[in-house]
Amino acid sequence: MTSATAELRATSLSGPGRARSVKNKLAAVLVTVSFLIALVPLLWVLWTVVKDGLGTILHASWWTGTMRNVTYTDPGGGAWHAIVGTLEQVFLCTLISVPIAVMVGIYLVEYGQNAFARLTTFMVDILTGIPSIVAALFIFALMHETLHTSLSGWLVSLALVILMVPVIVRSTEEMLRLVPNDLREASYALGIAKWRTIVRVVIPTALTGLITGVVLGIARVAGETAPLLILVSVSDSTNANLFSGAQSALPTLIKKQFNDAGQTASGVSYHLDANGNRVAGAVTNYAVDRMWASALTLILIIMLLTVIARFIGRFNKLAK
Amino acid sequence: MSQLDAQGPTQDVAGAQPSATVMQTPAEPAIDAPLAGSADVMLGGGGTRRFGDRIFATAASGASAIVILIVVLVALFLLIKALPSIVDDKANFLTSTQWNVGNAGELRFGIAGLLYTTVLSSIFALLLAVPVAIGIALFITQYAPARLARPVAHAVDLLAVIPSIIYGVWGFRVLAPKLTPIQDALSHVGVGLFADQNIDVGTVFDAGLVLAIMILPIITAISRDVFDRTPTANKEGALALGATRWEMIRMTVLPFGRPGVISGAMLGLGRALGETVAVLLILSTVSGFSFSIFSGGTTFATQITQGAGEFGTHPGPYIAAGLVLFVLTFLVNAVARTIVARRKDFT
Repeated sequence: MTSATAELRATSLSGPGRARSVKNKLAAVLVTVSFLIALVPLLWVLWTVVKDGLGTILHASWWTGTMRNVTYTDPGGGAWHAIVGTLEQVFLCTLISVPIAVMVGIYLVEYGQNAFARLTTFMVDILTGIPSIVAALFIFALMHETLHTSLSGWLVSLALVILMVPVIVRSTEEMLRLVPNDLREASYALGIAKWRTIVRVVIPTALTGLITGVVLGIARVAGETAPLLILVSVSDSTNANLFSGAQSALPTLIKKQFNDAGQTASGVSYHLDANGNRVAGAVTNYAVDRMWASALTLILIIMLLTVIARFIGRFNKLAK
Repeated sequence: MSQLDAQGPTQDVAGAQPSATVMQTPAEPAIDAPLAGSADVMLGGGGTRRFGDRIFATAASGASAIVILIVVLVALFLLIKALPSIVDDKANFLTSTQWNVGNAGELRFGIAGLLYTTVLSSIFALLLAVPVAIGIALFITQYAPARLARPVAHAVDLLAVIPSIIYGVWGFRVLAPKLTPIQDALSHVGVGLFADQNIDVGTVFDAGLVLAIMILPIITAISRDVFDRTPTANKEGALALGATRWEMIRMTVLPFGRPGVISGAMLGLGRALGETVAVLLILSTVSGFSFSIFSGGTTFATQITQGAGEFGTHPGPYIAAGLVLFVLTFLVNAVARTIVARRKDFT
């Protein structure tokens, strides 16, 4: 007992012993290093994509052209057909997801606390964990195998709905719970019906937060590739029709250029010049440049959405 | 909150004073009348109000029903479309490593190989990611000055924003070639799990490392959350007793946050198990089956996407693989949620 007290006093007066102090410093170093480790892949990926993709996307033709009749031995080409596909598919997905997800969020916060609400929360948890490939397989089994719908862009939207709904439900729930109860009760005290209180008081109060959640949900699904691989074929031309035919999107454009980038033109000793004439000499694989360019295009679109979401989030009075 | 929920949709006026609910009935028009005069919403009277409420409540619960229906349909349709092929399977569905599905009359396929590669790459990713994630979470919550903590947290979250296909392209073309020397050095050990398979780029090792990067943000985010909620009294108590910062963390923050870290790791595992396109681009396919981490292989997700071309004629075996993946991720996520839920009971 006395020796323990003496030890404690010695500790508090002269600081921790040498071994303990070394351990403490070592822990601080390891923790800092682990943070630096996380920065390495982030900066490495971004640097690679920007360095190798920037040259191509600075050409105006990248944003207006398509890959029609452009093979890996040809320079040029563009991403317009894929941008159209991505925007349309994500737009339809958002159009379906937002009303469902926001209403589920409202149900859980404003009406919840019964067995049905607990079941809903459980199911939303399951949806959160569903891999994109399983969502795609389900849409395939339901729409194509059972209802015999032909493969096209809107089936991708349906698969994305499954991935987007849980994200928006979560953020909606979180935001609505932040709305002070005083506001609801003040509204009820004025004799205003519950649904009008929700529509006119609760939702406007939480609106910026809700929009942030939706935009982050869009950013989350815009880069999804698995549904595209199963539910729609790749096209090199622009197809603005979501409901029929092959349609490319940015992830499938990246994948196609990735596959082409692996090609080596063995046995081919000529390439075509700008006029289509055969010129002797080694073939350059232009797909590599386009692969990074399309990756950069996708990252730019998603980063833009994320920045927009953060910016809107700044006006969110509830989060503070 | 509970006070609000206890009220029926028609008893709005009573919000501030529960005892008034009795008076808010059509039998007592005297209460309604002055209110109706002051607020235009009341002009329709109690009937419309109740009608609007009923429609809105129906729409809200209807949306919840849709979500429930989707999950039920996913399970149902995968099962219905997978079962005939599993019944027709001439090989053992659970223990075979074959995948010969070209001939409808002679289906021979099993999930053992897929399961092994999927789990091996995911567990490897988890082993790499969890210590780093704990380190980052501690850095953000316990070490970094407040001004630095937010940008650091944002930077780690950015890792989650990059689409998986870009990780796949980068992993295969940039990272994997750089890993070849490390792989060669490690494979000198030479047997079983580390046997050299003469594959330079595109091994389970490469795929696992990229998966580790991809699941880092989610594990970090959840660990950060629980570490942040360690009671200040515990931390200051430890420091007051003369503990160093690390001892304080070991005695208060880590024990307090352990369930959160475990559930974060399980959620990360669930994500790694189902990851498709990054693994598809990185992992090289090999003929035959190998236990080695330095071999290529096929996961559930990559087997399904590689078979997309054959879906027109016989999607059954692939849907069966999808069903197993669904069950697997469901179990992993359920364990994670249970840990979180049990944790909530204590605090």
